[in-house]
Amino acid sequence: MSQTVPLSVPPQPGPWAVELVGIDKRFGPVHANKAVSLQIRAGSIHGLVGENGAGKSTLMSILYGFYQADEGQILVNGAEVRIREPKDAIALGIGMVHQHFMLVEEFTVLENLMLGAEGGALLKDGIKKARAEVERLEKAYRLDVPLDAKVADLNVGIQQRVEILKALYRGAQVLILDEPTAVLSPPEVQDLFRILDALRAQGRTILMITHKLKEIMAITDAVSVLRQGAVVANFQTRDTNEAALAEAMVGRRANPAVRRPGAPAGAPLLTVEDLSVFDERGVERLKRATFRVRAGEIVGVAGVAGNGQSELLEALSGMTPFQRGRLHVNGRDVTPESPMDPAQARRQGIAHVPEDRLRRAVVKPFPAFQNALLGYQDDPAMADGPRLNWKRVAAATARLMEDWDVRPRQPSLRTSLFSGGNQQKLVLGREMERDPNVLLVGQPTRGVDIGAIEFIHRRLLAMRDAGKAILLVSAELEEIMALSDRILVMCDGAITGELAAEDATEGLIGRLMAGITDDIEPNTMERGQRADAAGGAA
Amino acid sequence: MSASTNTDGLPRWATLALLPAINLFAALVVSSLVILAIGQDPVSALAFMVKGAVGSGTGLSYTLYYATSLIFTGLAVAIANHAGLFNIGGEGQAYVGGLGTGLVCLALSGWPWYAVLPVAVLAGALFGAVWGLVPGYLQAYRGSHIVITTIMFNFLASALMVYLLGGPLIEHGQMAPESREFAESTFLPAVKDIAASLGYRTSTLPLNLSLVLALLCAAGVWFLIWHTRWGFQMRTVGANEAAARYAGINARTTIVIAMALSGALAGLVGINELQGVQHRVTLNFQAGMGFTGIAVALMGRGHPVGIVLSSLLFGALYQGGAELSFEYNEISPRLVVVIQGVVILFSGALEHMFRPALVRLLKPKAAASAAGQRA
Amino acid sequence: MDDTALWIVSLLASTVRLATPLVLASLAGFYSERAGVVDIGLEGKMLTGAFAAAATAAVTGSPWLGLAAAIAASLVLALVHGFACITHRGDQVVAGVAINTIAAGLTAVLANAWFDLGGRTPSLDGGQRFLSLHFPVTDAVRGVPLLGRFYGEVVGGQNLLVYLAVLAVPATSWVAYRTRFGLRLRAVGENPAAVDTAGISVPWLRYRAVLITGLLCGVAGAYLSIAQGAGFQENMTAGKGYLALAALILGKWRPYPTLAGCLLFAATDALQARLQGVALPVVGAVPVQIIEVLPYILTVLLLAGFVGKSIPPKAAGQAYVKDR
Repeated sequence: MSQTVPLSVPPQPGPWAVELVGIDKRFGPVHANKAVSLQIRAGSIHGLVGENGAGKSTLMSILYGFYQADEGQILVNGAEVRIREPKDAIALGIGMVHQHFMLVEEFTVLENLMLGAEGGALLKDGIKKARAEVERLEKAYRLDVPLDAKVADLNVGIQQRVEILKALYRGAQVLILDEPTAVLSPPEVQDLFRILDALRAQGRTILMITHKLKEIMAITDAVSVLRQGAVVANFQTRDTNEAALAEAMVGRRANPAVRRPGAPAGAPLLTVEDLSVFDERGVERLKRATFRVRAGEIVGVAGVAGNGQSELLEALSGMTPFQRGRLHVNGRDVTPESPMDPAQARRQGIAHVPEDRLRRAVVKPFPAFQNALLGYQDDPAMADGPRLNWKRVAAATARLMEDWDVRPRQPSLRTSLFSGGNQQKLVLGREMERDPNVLLVGQPTRGVDIGAIEFIHRRLLAMRDAGKAILLVSAELEEIMALSDRILVMCDGAITGELAAEDATEGLIGRLMAGITDDIEPNTMERGQRADAAGGAA
Repeated sequence: MSASTNTDGLPRWATLALLPAINLFAALVVSSLVILAIGQDPVSALAFMVKGAVGSGTGLSYTLYYATSLIFTGLAVAIANHAGLFNIGGEGQAYVGGLGTGLVCLALSGWPWYAVLPVAVLAGALFGAVWGLVPGYLQAYRGSHIVITTIMFNFLASALMVYLLGGPLIEHGQMAPESREFAESTFLPAVKDIAASLGYRTSTLPLNLSLVLALLCAAGVWFLIWHTRWGFQMRTVGANEAAARYAGINARTTIVIAMALSGALAGLVGINELQGVQHRVTLNFQAGMGFTGIAVALMGRGHPVGIVLSSLLFGALYQGGAELSFEYNEISPRLVVVIQGVVILFSGALEHMFRPALVRLLKPKAAASAAGQRA
Repeated sequence: MDDTALWIVSLLASTVRLATPLVLASLAGFYSERAGVVDIGLEGKMLTGAFAAAATAAVTGSPWLGLAAAIAASLVLALVHGFACITHRGDQVVAGVAINTIAAGLTAVLANAWFDLGGRTPSLDGGQRFLSLHFPVTDAVRGVPLLGRFYGEVVGGQNLLVYLAVLAVPATSWVAYRTRFGLRLRAVGENPAAVDTAGISVPWLRYRAVLITGLLCGVAGAYLSIAQGAGFQENMTAGKGYLALAALILGKWRPYPTLAGCLLFAATDALQARLQGVALPVVGAVPVQIIEVLPYILTVLLLAGFVGKSIPPKAAGQAYVKDR
């Protein structure tokens, strides 16, 4: 995508717009930022990369006054400043576009723009001025938004523009963007980059958090890498490349996956035909998905976040109903009469590790052993008649913890007192130990440390080798390419392509993620489909 | 108001004993200020209350009689709360439940009490359950807010009972809005017979067999909530509805069941008040017990043992307050309502106020153990 | 015909009188709930206001001091509500229940102790109350059929606080939709994080909303005890706070529809009093309870979406905690 981005001339070395010196922040036991120092050149686009949990968002929230640093200084335009709350940041010309938009959905765009910058105690004084100023900004940066539309009725790309306009309307010279492309489609990303380019050309400074290295290469002038709360590297973008950034992010050269092919796949365990999911507004979020996952096979699902992968997982696991399509597990048609629920899915041998498992797959105030039963509370082996046998549950949990290296090994400890990674291992263990036919797993290693990632990958491969079917959704393309035997690519709710692992390249997947199917070598497509058809016939 | 979301590593004993004690102390301080404001000496007033509540057989009998009703309504509030629901309608559910009990006692004239009791319990529970189930259903399936709906159902219950007791159920030829007296054979056994043989004024001792029923209910609730899959499902729904959905738990059914059980428990107040003591259906026999159940459940931190203990406390406050107002004309028996409100404020709405201070105070220990656990 | 007309005029006049405390209290609830703070403590604040007004008016002889005392007492409870729900992020419903309970107990205890009239305050005479205002030309137009009476008894002839309530509706609408404060108020009830990141203090905004709620509840309470009534009695609000909340829900948290809800409830109340024991055509004598419960049933049906749908402000009921 980088070819189409209009790159302006890299700015001359100028004064620093923002300097962070020794910023330190703890949340209870979590050391989110460790003496972070950072210098951002005025009029540049500065990228901030790092894995999930590396401390990027915390650092930017401190700069925006949303949190207070425990230690350290902030300098804006060379002068030391104190930013106690967002108001201070706004006054200093710092604006932020949060990953989750901070918009009042019931309000119009204009009301959202004015909130906090009304220009007087009566709205009517401000409205005219606001309209004029916003229209000027819109023209200057080609930020078209319908001022009188209700925000709830706008799509995310437009909502993001409203957020950017909001910051500019408040006079932001420094603009912080937190994962701005996470929810955007490829054309929307192009639009965003065009806007950012225009902003830079006008001398504004942009700080962009992302974990997509391609975007860093495409748009930034400089980049800083955070790892486990600390800055580990600073680069001029033109002096670096994706491999070097990746290495800095993970702390060693990321092994681009020596893929370990399994034995030839067996009979299809999960067959999905024509599956569609519509949201409350009647928009088709998943469009006639058709594929199968065979025994002894990992099928990866790649795509920009929000292109139907989540809906696919949710529908297959019974979390949300699907409105069209058929579902076969192990050769049996299990398409439910009425909307399927997760209990039914489990009974059919479909286990599910959801993407946001720390919110949904554990009940944090419960002791760990009770969470080890969650979803399997009907298991007769864990009860004597109506009475749940907690002793037996706790003993099984102790074994699970041993097997999955969950620390500390205390089944009766409150779940919230385990670290995120250990809670995840508890969930993965719970779902994989029950010997399901099909495992649906979303973002298996999100927020997990390097050691645990390898552990989890080994477990997934072992499960595949044991003849299970695994459907893997991940935002990490490397992970998908390393683990999958076949790869489905999704764009805008539809499966845009299916590739055999040996044919998959990042470029090919990237084009399919963008919905470009016409320039794919017909050969490759056919081979992918042929392999699947052969598997289906077997 | 969930009592179980604390993640700050405060030790269990502090949560279960120290925190309620501090809350109670704060409530007593506030009530002392009120007593001072009306020109009385709080120390002697409080001492008089304690004496009135537990200083005599009669006083103790009343205390336990009040506590019986409060155990029912406290358990009712708690069970709904475990499923994440604030049932403010215990008052109405107790009222309508009493109607069920009363109708059975009226219909089964001449039956012995032990034959009437199971039917009366079932009817009371059923009537109360219906009055709780409908708001539960509306919340689960129609998205109504349970708090508003249960408040409205309190008014509906009141209107219904006024209508019934003013017309269809009124005793022939009487003006007072109440039913005729039940047949004597249906009266629950009370301690007054024993007391009479010991020479106390007998006719006013209200403690009766329903205390045993209340304690059985407390044990049943304990078993249900912590040792059955239904209880597990309720607690999951209450703590994290998204996780419940993920776990294949039907949150809607669970909510309806929890509200039905809650209403059923509140509905048993009539066993104590009507079959046990008043022996007829009267206007407002539940007299605020449903509301007091909120304070009882909050103070007892949703645990049946805590609820029994705080029921005893509030029973003593009711009885002591009544005695106090006999002695001091200036002090209204409604003082207990003030205390109740302050308890709800401190242990419910301000549950987060004392807690962090306590965590800091106990920090060396709490922090060390938390760190040990995390290592 | 003439009798019917008179009956209707008196029904309307009575509706206006009964609607006044509901209007004041539901507008009070409007501010708090639109700011994201659920308030089922309207009842308790009104009751406290009623007691403070009657007690002060009885002792000082001034209805104005009574009104001031009512507002002050209600504000104290509003601060308690804010302290619990905004500062300490307590459960808003539980805090409301606590306030109602404390108010029910405290007013009874203090009334009993200070005046020794079994929980009542002394009856107030004319000078200690807000009396009906005599509008100009009332007597002159009295003879005009229907309209004369209407002018004299419905439009005129009410006390000062009634007109205050009438004015409070457009004033509230203006504040909410035409001012900076109103924009922020509505925003903080929908998405407090948006307000916070816009550099506006969420707690301070919510405190101001809750204080306005206290102010209006105080006026509503004073109306009950020193304008409509002539003294305080135990539990004299008798559920009006909850009814006001129901009207707010019925009005979908908007000022004018809420006013309509209050008028509807007040009219049922007025009608109920007039239908006691009256045989109606076709159906015969209807138990008054059936009319009495109409507002409650309507609220239940509305919340359940059987008749329309009322969706509360999105952030109502949740304490604002910065998300990590």
